[in-house]
Amino acid sequence: MCLAIPARIVAMSGEGMAQVEVGGIVKEVSLALVDDEVTIGDYVIVHVGFALSRLDPEEAEETLQLFAEAGALPAAGGPEPLQ
Amino acid sequence: MTVRYIDEFRDRKLAETLSRAIHAEADSGRSYRLMEFCGGHTHAIFRYGILDLLPANVTMVHGPGCPVCVLPIGRLDQAIQLARDHGVMLCTYGDLLRVPGVERATLLKARAGGADVRMVYSSLDALALARAHPDRQVVFFAIGFETTTPATAVALLQAKAERFRNFTVHCNHVLTPAAISGLLASAREAETRGEPGLAVDGFVGPAHVSAVIGSRPFERFAAEHATPVVIAGFEPLDVMQAILMLVRQLNDGRAEVENEYTRVVCRDGNRKAQALMDQVFQLRPSFDWRGLGALPASALGIRDDFADFDAEKRFTLSAPDVADSKACACASILRGVKKPTDCRIFATACTPDTPIGACMVSSEGACAAYYTYGRYRDAAPVAG
Amino acid sequence: MDLGRKAFPRALDLKSGRIELGHGAGGRTMTQLIEELFESRFANPFLAQRHDAASFPVTDGRMVVSTDGFVISPLFFPGGDIGSLAVHGTVNDVAMAGARPLYLTCGMILEEGFPLADLARICASMADAAAAAGVCIVAGDTKVVERGKGDGVFITTTGIGIVPDGVAIAADRARPGDAVLLSGTLGDHGVAVLSRREGLSFATDLVSDSAPLHTLVADMVAAVPDIHVLRDATRGGFAAVLNEIARESGVGITVREDAIPVAAAVRGACELLGLDPLYVANEGKLVAFCPASDAERLLAVMQAHPLGRESAIVGTCTDDPHRFVQMQTSFGGNRIIDWIAGEQLPRIC
Repeated sequence: MCLAIPARIVAMSGEGMAQVEVGGIVKEVSLALVDDEVTIGDYVIVHVGFALSRLDPEEAEETLQLFAEAGALPAAGGPEPLQ
Repeated sequence: MTVRYIDEFRDRKLAETLSRAIHAEADSGRSYRLMEFCGGHTHAIFRYGILDLLPANVTMVHGPGCPVCVLPIGRLDQAIQLARDHGVMLCTYGDLLRVPGVERATLLKARAGGADVRMVYSSLDALALARAHPDRQVVFFAIGFETTTPATAVALLQAKAERFRNFTVHCNHVLTPAAISGLLASAREAETRGEPGLAVDGFVGPAHVSAVIGSRPFERFAAEHATPVVIAGFEPLDVMQAILMLVRQLNDGRAEVENEYTRVVCRDGNRKAQALMDQVFQLRPSFDWRGLGALPASALGIRDDFADFDAEKRFTLSAPDVADSKACACASILRGVKKPTDCRIFATACTPDTPIGACMVSSEGACAAYYTYGRYRDAAPVAG
Repeated sequence: MDLGRKAFPRALDLKSGRIELGHGAGGRTMTQLIEELFESRFANPFLAQRHDAASFPVTDGRMVVSTDGFVISPLFFPGGDIGSLAVHGTVNDVAMAGARPLYLTCGMILEEGFPLADLARICASMADAAAAAGVCIVAGDTKVVERGKGDGVFITTTGIGIVPDGVAIAADRARPGDAVLLSGTLGDHGVAVLSRREGLSFATDLVSDSAPLHTLVADMVAAVPDIHVLRDATRGGFAAVLNEIARESGVGITVREDAIPVAAAVRGACELLGLDPLYVANEGKLVAFCPASDAERLLAVMQAHPLGRESAIVGTCTDDPHRFVQMQTSFGGNRIIDWIAGEQLPRIC
């Protein structure tokens, strides 16, 4: 459940609202749930018209790195990879 | 053109890398039965064909994490009553409009019959409709887990601050940890009856629910039930990485809460959203879940301070008690002891167009996802 | 017509005038509406006959006829309006038989109170679309319904065209081994329309792909006369076409997600609203099935046409008694592409 996607803040519209962009689509969302911690250029997770939380770019990079390294870390004593 | 933070997490090469790692690390001498609680994960698993990338001994059990699927028919009927009998402007999310209730009535059919039913994208859109139509009673029929609840809280707080007299909320927000507890409890009950209990070795934990409540609430489960939990994002690589992490925990004999979705989820979650929810909502002693039955402390109601904005208080609604179909195997499917194809009515009497059980109700449901995306696995080989 | 115009004391007020019940009542008011708004814009020798029925010569080949009703909200959307859509939609239905469209008829149901300025804009757009497509609007009808009993304007168009000898395009002719070609990006129309829909509005540069496809079809048929199936992917999207053809022809179909073009804005909107581009409507895209040996030649012709630049070979027909439509995902897995259950609604979960 809980369809929510990362979108970039492109403009602050005032009154706790901001414009976010994804794939060239711009939509107005509420910042009521994310304090004052976000700013233009940040990525936020958008759900039902609300920014739900900020996306941490460094953590995203680290996670992608983990994916890439997964194959390079064979478990000690594990079975051979299937091809 | 790539869409940032989406496309990178759907990369085929990395999927192959993770698939190789899972194949390599999964011990062929045992099985790994993993439950993804959320419909979002179920959706990703079928939408991207993740099952094709897993070894045969790693199987996925599709959990009850879809708020539309678990909404009892009696509650849905109240939405229809509001729209049909009370003449309100009933606003709700698109997911709910086609869900069949008592005698196959749906909100779309109610609309065809003259009721004023509006699909909204956000709780604030419902509030805007109330502002634009001061002569109408506007009811927002709120559904969702903790991800969606804060948005309803914000709408209620605004409605109170602006002293709306024509806006109320019919609250059906439910709680994820309680659902997992309920699932485990029903499994234990089944075991005491001598039936199969819970066929799950580890959980893929919620993505956006955890963005709000944090990973901490899942620590108790992991400890009490000696079952590992990995919080994961909804992109397919997130799901595969979580599977790999669960395989590793099970291999090591660990039962911890790990967080794969660190780019969004932290241990404490979104404290501001939690505070807003707390201001507006309180625990209901018990709430019915389609497919799971009554679960204690598993849903939220609106606090007395906001009683003026509670549709259940403003309107007199009957609460039809509609039992789950006897023929339906949802309860067993949700515990992982049966597959959708084990159910007698799957894809015969029960289809996405004519859903009978909770798991077929929305596209996020285990049976619906299986029906839409997965049937070929049992029917026809994939042409090269 | 010049004579007729003098018969009306005042010209139609195209700035602030509105449709009244009289505009459909058969009297002078209706005649004025037809002459000043429709005939002046749609002018052609067939309309000038001023009969209740247009007559035209019958030529060689087989005639095809197709009819389609157009209801859309909003009436004006990025890249078109209900007028251009009513021309393109029917031109395309005729073209999908491999035919050259020649004539259209047009029935309009107008709601009392509908602004004449909007109607003038729609008529101008229809006239432009018909001229660009080389078809004549040869007959028409106008009715007015009471306020509240319509949605501004509904348009029904019927198209007549001629199929050259030797062309036998039909929905049941797809065979195992046939290649599946798609003429461009999916979902542009549906997303452009959604972007302006009340309650959902979002900003995008995306415009509808609404366009007449008959010249593309003519080039295709000339290059590969043995095209088995053509279908435009309108309501229900690409997925509906694949399922219709799989059923009619009794074949399975496998498509490759990697090969299917989707614009970034459509992807963005679909992510945001929980929609699947495979099910979103198009108004200027076609799907073609042809023998595999002709596929590259057909593709080259399609890509050489301005409306087919992004064409791609996206899949193949298979021998499958289940008639399943499947997709090999970009991610490396497989999924079924089923019929859609009702209209695709934006979702939150």
